[in-house]
Amino acid sequence: MTVVTRVLLFASYADALGASEIDVALPEHATVGDLLQAVRGMAAAHALPAAPFIAVNQEYASAGVVLRAGDEVAIIPPVAGG
Amino acid sequence: MRAAIVERPIDTGALLAEVAGHAFGASALFVGTVREVNEGRAVTGIEYSSYSAMAEKEMARIVAEAAERFGVTAIAIEHRVGALALGDASVAIAASHAHRAPALDAMRYCIEELKKRVPVWKRELYTDGTREWIDPTAQHAAAGAAGTTPDSAQGGNAHA
Repeated sequence: MTVVTRVLLFASYADALGASEIDVALPEHATVGDLLQAVRGMAAAHALPAAPFIAVNQEYASAGVVLRAGDEVAIIPPVAGG
Repeated sequence: MRAAIVERPIDTGALLAEVAGHAFGASALFVGTVREVNEGRAVTGIEYSSYSAMAEKEMARIVAEAAERFGVTAIAIEHRVGALALGDASVAIAASHAHRAPALDAMRYCIEELKKRVPVWKRELYTDGTREWIDPTAQHAAAGAAGTTPDSAQGGNAHA
């Protein structure tokens, strides 16, 4: 069974992929690392760096974090506040 | 303690007043403003955008860390987003304490961590009509493995 996860994109990454969000189909119990691999397989993803930061439910998450249905996932470009 | 993303001009006087109190003998205020030149290019303005829900949470986490490290509980942060002109304040941080050293330390901690971790982005507009996203990490971009976090990528000094 697959779970469709909505992934939020911002700033330069939203420009690169031409969308502010994308849906990614993943197997159950997929991790943040699995999600990154799936995104990298998508067209236009070459514009993303090898290891972008990921946030799950508005907190930075490492590659081993397991995703659950309904999680809010975002790919975070290099931050430039201040 | 308060941390907010705002879409209006930042009132630095109001921010200072917000953290003032008779128990405090020192208030520190940091204001970041839009500069006219960046890396040799003439800038006419900056468009800021954010992942606002996460940005407010991350700023609140930073404020809580500053409270724990320096014993400073009177802290207010605002980061503005939208189209800003030269000289406009993009971020302001006010911190008050009985004494100056903790107030200054807490203010410094908040702005340094904000620049590392808070999901806000800027696109500079140049006098020649072009615009560009700013990537402060561009010079050392190869660092980090998949799924690292800003903390771990930068030595993990920020929090537990």
